Amino acid sequence: MDMKKDLVAASATPLVLAILAEGDSYGYAIIKRVTELSGGHLQWTDGMLYPVLHRLERQGHVAAKWSASENGRRRKYYRITREGRAQLAAQRRQWQVVDGTLRGIWTRTCTA
Amino acid sequence: MTTLADRPLEEQIAQWRAFVRRRPALHGPDVEELEGHLRDQLVALTDAGLAGDEAFLVAVKRMGSLDALSREFAREHSERLWKQLVIAPATADEPAAPAHTEILIVLGLAVAAALAIKVPALFGHPLSPDEELPPFYARNASLFVFPLLAVYFAWKRRPGTGHRRQDGSDVVRGLWLALPFAAGAVFANVFPFPSVSDTQMLTALHLPIALWLAVGFAYVRSRWFADGGRMDFVRFSGELVIYYVLIALGGGVFTAFTIMMFQAIGMKADWLVAGWVLPCGAMGAVIIGSWLVEAKQSVIENMAPVLTRLFTPLFTILLLVFLATMAWTGSPINVEREVLIGFDLLLVLVVGLVLYAASARDPRAQPDLFDRLQLLLVVSALVVDGVALAAIAARISEFGFTPNRVAALGENLILLVNLAWSARLYARFLRRRVSFAALEQWQIAYLPVYAAWAALVVVVFPPLFGYR
Repeated sequence: MDMKKDLVAASATPLVLAILAEGDSYGYAIIKRVTELSGGHLQWTDGMLYPVLHRLERQGHVAAKWSASENGRRRKYYRITREGRAQLAAQRRQWQVVDGTLRGIWTRTCTA
Repeated sequence: MTTLADRPLEEQIAQWRAFVRRRPALHGPDVEELEGHLRDQLVALTDAGLAGDEAFLVAVKRMGSLDALSREFAREHSERLWKQLVIAPATADEPAAPAHTEILIVLGLAVAAALAIKVPALFGHPLSPDEELPPFYARNASLFVFPLLAVYFAWKRRPGTGHRRQDGSDVVRGLWLALPFAAGAVFANVFPFPSVSDTQMLTALHLPIALWLAVGFAYVRSRWFADGGRMDFVRFSGELVIYYVLIALGGGVFTAFTIMMFQAIGMKADWLVAGWVLPCGAMGAVIIGSWLVEAKQSVIENMAPVLTRLFTPLFTILLLVFLATMAWTGSPINVEREVLIGFDLLLVLVVGLVLYAASARDPRAQPDLFDRLQLLLVVSALVVDGVALAAIAARISEFGFTPNRVAALGENLILLVNLAWSARLYARFLRRRVSFAALEQWQIAYLPVYAAWAALVVVVFPPLFGYR
């Protein structure tokens, strides 16, 4: 599916935070998880994840740490912070409002 | 895994790495992180059965366009962007103006500023070497050059460079930018100041501070509320001061030679220096200095943060030794006329040190020794100022209010609030309760307060104190 760029960008923050809320992770694994969760419908340009992660890090929503990976190279792992969880909860409420509203109007148009 | 031992593939990765490294917005660790991603992707693709170079092509393609990527990185890390000021233009068909157009405009504006200061002489406000600077020039000094500086930034940051025609919104924006300067011109000249007047001097000192914010609006344009915009203006201001001082040093040498050489042939060049070289040079240098800061950011490392690093420890030691000496000897602060101003300047300096330390800091770095030192500096400055304020309050209650004392006291309070809250944020940051971004946010959110107070002094003080 060809998604609007704006929509992909807007959903990136809650998605990344939600994935990190499942457990610490790193860039490549996050992208794999997004593809998995969306059944392949949500395709990010891989590189674009990193500016998002760095922004979240600057805002204090996630914390990062370099540690060794299984292949011997250094890898940057991200962990969600308490502020990040609060942010995730707030975003979740907002998305639920959007989702609920759209559902409401679409079920009505479909049945009509 | 074995495929990663492929020599050609390793070479391709190395080539890709070198290519990415050339992007100024991407720093070493970012490149390493991206390379890690590329390698993970390569392993997955080769495990899925792709050959090495096929996998490489797919992995690089999935990484996305490097232009777009480095643009995103530049947005996110504006402290890096500052050094090169190249957000690659959003679309390729938006070329920047050719360099020589900019030089012509800068030279034109500098000459205009230099001539503007001579215009009042035609209307009975002469500048002569034998007299003191007429108050008219002191009150209006910033009005000769700041509007032209705003014009330069308005031109430089005009939207839709190249192909979009000027439309109504540009005109409206221009008028909004002109408004503060027009108001400044009115308030600097409408009041009936006597020849010797404290409130007149206050106007001369405060109008530039208020108008500098208007220059800031032109500088950051629409990024005022976006993150990074105001911090960039703070960086710009610091660098401009440094360039201006350097240009002034050169100007001093130039002036000395002018006088010396004409003296050698028995002519006095005082009128030339005082009437032309000094005033015109001082005005033109603001424009030229601004252009240099804009153009040469990548050549000179940011100097203001370097000076901050250098002087933060020294001032911390000074304040601590001062406090210890005062406690040891028990000698009270001798409240002279200038003491209040002196302690105001001390607070300005400490706020400056905090501001420029924040401007150069990577907001994501962990607290280190320098941050503790900053907190110590801020706290000791607060204590010293508290002691001074107590002494000054006693004097004011004894001799009553004057415009100078009220202005100095107001500034002291404004700076004290800033520093007290900064100290609190620093302490929380050191205990890792908030991120450094909170401190940076506080500092830049506070900037309009200074301008608002300065505007208040210019607009309200003269009538309030009967122009004395």
